[in-house]
Amino acid sequence: MSAPRPTLEVAGIDSLILRLFEQIDERNMPWMLAASTRLREVFGAALIDLVPSYTTLLLHYDLSCLSAAQVRQLIEQAFTDLQPADSSNGRLHQLPTWYDRRVGPELALLARRSQLSEADVIRRHSGHDYQVFALGFAPGFAFMGLVEAALAAPRLSTPRKRIAAGSVGIAERQTAVYPAVSPGGWNLLGRTPTRLFDPAIDGYSLLQPGDRVRFEPIDHAEFIRLGGDDSPLQDTP
Amino acid sequence: MSAPINPGLRVLRSTPFIQLQDAGRYGVRHLGVTQSGALDWVAQRWANWLLGNAPGAAVLEITLGNLDLQCERDAVFALSGGDLGATLDGEPISPWRSFSVRAGQRLCFAQPRLGARAYLAAPGGFSATQVLGSCASNLREGLGGLDGTGKPLQQGDQLTWTATVCALREVPGAQVPNYRTPAQLDLVMGAQIGDFSGQSLFDAFNSDWTLDTRADRMGIRLLGPVLQCQSGSMVSEGIPLGAVQVPPDGQPIILLNDRQTIGGYPRLGALTPLAVARLAQCLPGETLRLRPVVQEAAQRHQHEWLAHWPAT
Repeated sequence: MSAPRPTLEVAGIDSLILRLFEQIDERNMPWMLAASTRLREVFGAALIDLVPSYTTLLLHYDLSCLSAAQVRQLIEQAFTDLQPADSSNGRLHQLPTWYDRRVGPELALLARRSQLSEADVIRRHSGHDYQVFALGFAPGFAFMGLVEAALAAPRLSTPRKRIAAGSVGIAERQTAVYPAVSPGGWNLLGRTPTRLFDPAIDGYSLLQPGDRVRFEPIDHAEFIRLGGDDSPLQDTP
Repeated sequence: MSAPINPGLRVLRSTPFIQLQDAGRYGVRHLGVTQSGALDWVAQRWANWLLGNAPGAAVLEITLGNLDLQCERDAVFALSGGDLGATLDGEPISPWRSFSVRAGQRLCFAQPRLGARAYLAAPGGFSATQVLGSCASNLREGLGGLDGTGKPLQQGDQLTWTATVCALREVPGAQVPNYRTPAQLDLVMGAQIGDFSGQSLFDAFNSDWTLDTRADRMGIRLLGPVLQCQSGSMVSEGIPLGAVQVPPDGQPIILLNDRQTIGGYPRLGALTPLAVARLAQCLPGETLRLRPVVQEAAQRHQHEWLAHWPAT
């Protein structure tokens, strides 16, 4: 894969979308990470926020110190001689996960759709390292993939109003953990006791783009021992 | 229980729509943390200017009224933004000026008479816990507010501040925003605007849009002609403040300070910051117009506006 040349799209008065790729692809990540690092370096304090997603970066700059022309120059500078980030820089996280119908009400649905047993759904979901593509939706909510095609499932047609913190879900070929109580429409198959977002920890979010994640099946006793909350979901879709 | 060490304002009655807000939370959106901050940053800035505060100092954002506060010491406050029928011991307090209160007086906000949101500032800004660089309240994320957990203002809360102000000021009359005429909101045209049909673009900028009741700090829905876009759902990407996204039902949603950080609906573009501030004073049922502008013109206008800001 050669170095991407971003197309620049106006997003707002002080924001541009830098489009690096057209398709979601695990091979985008080293370039996305490298571009983020370089943009942060060249913009310095004039960068207000940089929001990476799968194929794009939203660059929000300080209008009071940069003109549109200067912004384009800095972007040009950031992408000159760009080298992909070393993918071994990302961390590997093991997320202990209690897969169970009581906290994963779509386990049965996922099994039925894939014509697998629930045990096989669990084995397949946990038998694969996932890449963190992007953070979004909520603090520390990491979009991860790719889930194998057999387990892919569309979002629930009616999202739940209240999903417990730590809930592990699947939407299409992505998987994620809800870091805090929130509404949501992903298919739930289990729950992790691991805390994903905490203003008191370095970097605030446990999972960062470029990291890899493996879900490690644990039983109920272990889930409780690790501080998990096994209260059932309040509402069903 | 001992008396509060630092008496200030005690909350007698509040609603979930009354929150402590500052200029917002920046530099953390890549972690999925939303921007937050005062929706009407212009009114917030004036409230702080009236007291000589930093422009982004923490203020109370009072949406739709229904707030009673007990003053526990003499002080000077400033009020800006919408007219929510504020009274001090029953005497009307009009916005866009600072005013003195004495210990024992009661400051009350009834309901909207003009605009939707009032901003109350205290000398030096209200004191609050900073979380990720800001005290802006966001209940969904559990960040900011008085105790750092994002909760809106609640009965029994104590508001405090640290500075002292004596002089009273007013916002120059010519600079008081006009909430009476229907809002004309500048929209910086975005890259996906070409994906909308010609008829839809004509409709977008030549129709009266009505504010839906589905309106909060995340976003405001508009009701009007159905807009059609060729691109349906896209790969999710970062969303700027004021983004005007069009989901498959063709009715635009304007995304505000508490929006999700990334999303996948096509967008006409994004409102300018001044347009976002004006929108924050519109109530459900009001009508507004969208006006297309290019980024360069919007930037020039913003610079000119800031250049007219009076010195402190």
